Amino acid sequence: MSRLNQRRERIDRGIKARAGDVFALCSWREMLYLLAPRLIPVVGFLGLPLVLDDYWQRVLLSVAVFALLAISWDILSQSGMISLGQSLFFGLGAYCSGILNHYFGWHPLIALPAAALLGGLVSTLFLLPVLRLRGVYFSMVTLIIPLMLVRIVEATKIFGGTEGLSGIAPLPSKWVEMYLIVAVLLGVLFGFRRMLNSDYGLVLKGIKDNDRSVINAGINIYWFKTQALFIASSIGALAGAFMTHVYMFVGMPVFALDYSILPIAAAVVGGPGTLAGATLGAVILVPLSEILRGIGGLRIVFYGIFLAVFIVGLPEGLFHYVERKYHQFERWVEVE
Amino acid sequence: MFLGTMIYALINSAILALMAIGFNLTFGISGVANFAYGAVYILAAYASWLLLNLTGISFWLAAPIAILLSMAFGAGMYRFVLLRVRGQALSEVIATFGIGLAVLELFNYLGLVGFEYTLPVLIDESFMIADTMVDMQRILIVLMAGLLVAGLWAFTHYTRLGLAFRGIAQDERTALTLGMDSDRIAMLAVSFGCGLAAFAACIVIPLGSISPSEGYEVLIKALAVCIIGGLGSTGGVILASFLIGFAERLTDAYISSHWTMIVSLAAILIVLVIKPSGFFGRQKELEERI
Repeated sequence: MSRLNQRRERIDRGIKARAGDVFALCSWREMLYLLAPRLIPVVGFLGLPLVLDDYWQRVLLSVAVFALLAISWDILSQSGMISLGQSLFFGLGAYCSGILNHYFGWHPLIALPAAALLGGLVSTLFLLPVLRLRGVYFSMVTLIIPLMLVRIVEATKIFGGTEGLSGIAPLPSKWVEMYLIVAVLLGVLFGFRRMLNSDYGLVLKGIKDNDRSVINAGINIYWFKTQALFIASSIGALAGAFMTHVYMFVGMPVFALDYSILPIAAAVVGGPGTLAGATLGAVILVPLSEILRGIGGLRIVFYGIFLAVFIVGLPEGLFHYVERKYHQFERWVEVE
Repeated sequence: MFLGTMIYALINSAILALMAIGFNLTFGISGVANFAYGAVYILAAYASWLLLNLTGISFWLAAPIAILLSMAFGAGMYRFVLLRVRGQALSEVIATFGIGLAVLELFNYLGLVGFEYTLPVLIDESFMIADTMVDMQRILIVLMAGLLVAGLWAFTHYTRLGLAFRGIAQDERTALTLGMDSDRIAMLAVSFGCGLAAFAACIVIPLGSISPSEGYEVLIKALAVCIIGGLGSTGGVILASFLIGFAERLTDAYISSHWTMIVSLAAILIVLVIKPSGFFGRQKELEERI
């Protein structure tokens, strides 16, 4: 059928009173309509550990970890910084926690938040000199730094060198482990989503869209970029620190390419710009890669193809697509 | 000993320049940061290896075919992927990175790694220069790098296409009004960049063997050279490859080979802190970067 004289009209559902976050609710049904998308991740993440077996609980654990990394990537990308080296944050967090526990004997539950802040601080310091670089240049440097750190650990043999540090204390129990990371994920997801919708987030998005006009508005963009970088790298570092205590080991593999690629793939597939998209991407990609474990190294090939296909074919990502279908009617109308 | 180190440092610089010049050409003209660059390098190496060993043709025929294939790959990548995200620098990065990753990891998966996966040297001879053994291939690399740089310079200054390349690089809109198709030129730029990567692969790979991890290394090296020299500036590339080339060999000889990679990476950070636009970064580039 020819649609030459027609265009697709999109109309918001009547529930949306004025802006994106002002709603006029008249019934339980409408209440549920609003609540359901928010309840699904909460109920899902809290309920799934109870019904899954040991193996899939582990998978859920890495879903949460990769979701955190993807959220961290998304926060950076919303401030106009595309990182190709999430493993920097992950690795530094992992090493910080490992060192605090191994050399200073800190309890995991204290080492974890300390490592998140410390790792975030160190990553921010590492990237501070390149913060003034825009776009592609920033990406290039983030790609290089984790590789450099691996070589430094290898060359100087600090912190166990190629052997790494083993025998790191685990978290008190399996359930503490599970619900700690889930709680952190949900907190980060909803908390920072809220933050990015506030005026503060608007400044960050402004830096991405047109940094010069933000400078013109009398705002110090480098200070804001530093803050965004610290937030994002702390989240990544927390994920790394957590994994250190799960594996009871930290070593050079924490700077592996996997931790850089999968989060980007998750955020791109899920839809950049909303942290929920990044989480959705991780929920899809991590179990998928578990199922595909049999094909080994071919998994990364698929991530690569996913990245290219989604960035070209569906640049808005799955989440935006679903969100649009959920919130809007669509119909074809004649073009006058 | 010292003179030998110097000779090898010169060779190393030539290799770096060969590796970086394609990346630099593509970026300088079309503004596309081709993160699939390392993958093209490896792709060309495997392509010529397969041609050599499956069809049994001579290397002099296999290498040009591999270069042409890589150019076609680059053109295809631009036409079907990059064209759709053109102008969005970050989407370009992610798309090319994804493609490069897929290609490299595919070869990794196929497991074509080992000493038998290498290309033949062009002329199998060695010389003694100042008490140092230098084989013909390394001397050829230096010569080829010199010729290539001179050739590229002549190409961009004296041919119609080369002038169009520079026109697009300087001001895309003005070039458009003068009838240069920026999409076509950009496609050619990506394609030429891939061709240069393939050329580098065909003459550098005989020194070692083909392995997918080499692809990441090449990408990193090309990035390092281009960032230090100032992206898009050929003079900068040459200067930066000498800088890194000598620094690498000297650390290799006097400190330890573990530190070789760190030196070039640390050089990037230092240059970025002191002079963010690179050595030859001009006003316009400064604006793009900061």
